[in-house]
Amino acid sequence: MITHSTDKKLIYSYLEEIKDPEVPVLSITDLGIVRDVILNNDEPEVIITPTYTGCPAMDMIAAGIKMVLTSHGYKNVKVTSVLSPVWTTDWMSEEGKRKLKEYGIAPPNPKQQVCNENLFAPNETVQCPHCNSYHTHRISEFGSTACKALYQCDDCKEPFDYFKCH
Amino acid sequence: MNAKIDYTLHLADTTLILSQRNSEWCGHGPILEQDIAITNISLDLIGQARNFYQYAAKLIGNTDEDKIAYLRTEREFKNLLLAEQPNGDWGQTILRQYFFSQYQYLLYQQLQNSKDEQLAAIAAKAIKETSYHLRWSGEWVIRLGEGTDESHQRMLNAVNELWGYTGEMFIPATYESPVVKENTGVSVDSLKQPWLEKVKTIFEEATITVPEKVFMHSGGKEGKHTEHLGFILTELQYMQRAYPNSEW
Ligand SMILES: [Zn+2]
Repeated sequence: MITHSTDKKLIYSYLEEIKDPEVPVLSITDLGIVRDVILNNDEPEVIITPTYTGCPAMDMIAAGIKMVLTSHGYKNVKVTSVLSPVWTTDWMSEEGKRKLKEYGIAPPNPKQQVCNENLFAPNETVQCPHCNSYHTHRISEFGSTACKALYQCDDCKEPFDYFKCH
Repeated sequence: MNAKIDYTLHLADTTLILSQRNSEWCGHGPILEQDIAITNISLDLIGQARNFYQYAAKLIGNTDEDKIAYLRTEREFKNLLLAEQPNGDWGQTILRQYFFSQYQYLLYQQLQNSKDEQLAAIAAKAIKETSYHLRWSGEWVIRLGEGTDESHQRMLNAVNELWGYTGEMFIPATYESPVVKENTGVSVDSLKQPWLEKVKTIFEEATITVPEKVFMHSGGKEGKHTEHLGFILTELQYMQRAYPNSEW
């Protein structure tokens, strides 16, 4: 007989198959948006939390969870989204940060420096994911998706995304 | 309960309408990075609107976020008049965003302590995004205000167009007194002084004078709108009106 906790572990391992559609190297468990898995008579409920309020990927992620768990034989899969406690980039796993960098996106700094309301704050120092130089500058606080800012490296000259302060 | 529903709808409507206005810039921004910035802000605002609508739908019962957004008429919308004002030029759009973000930042700072857990959670989630909007729009107000003669003049025009719509933010609507009393909503009159002080600081750097004795329009929060809202809703609600219950 499968015990409750191993079943939960099994579900978590299935959830690792589901990628963030906007950053397809990251699974939703790397991203740290799976808050809990609850089993009610073998029917799983997955509690997730959005990264950004307007993140358009959340609907796709919820659909992905239902599809993957259903394909592994679970019935009546439920996905519930909660806002509190608020997701921050601290919830991202170390493994996730490593994968991001490998993919060419600078992972969020361990200590966020500019998350405040002060104008013209100095740019956050971000390491270039390509050549590891710290000589980089911000091009725009808003990037290709809500969770990224646009930077450029002053040494290798490559532009890159930075998974920004949140 | 009804007051809380109306209050939640007011928060939802304001963010939805401003989001719709900002999204009109998509593909038309002055440069690519700024086009991306304003549309990102739109996306954040529509995310906030969805959270508020979903919560309102739960409070109302037997409805959903889409029905509330797509099937109500002008008089049922409770958004701030400021949100529905036309984009004008880039300066006017920037100033509208700055006035609003400065207000919203102060609002969310308090709303995240609301006794209502869901309103508090939405505000706590959104305040970081709001700080981005505030920094971005505030920096632009300064940059344009103390920029060239032309950009300075355009900011003066924008102030002239929009200042009369800022007073409404700080006048509580009938549904706000009950939610303030039960500590679920924020007392907006208390935000007026801090808002004005912040605006004065930014305007000083932007070499713009804060207008005095300007007639203040109001009524949006109670459903009485300027002529612009009807046009916005016509476009926003077109698909659901033309093809009821259509889905992607
Ligand atoms: Zn580099």
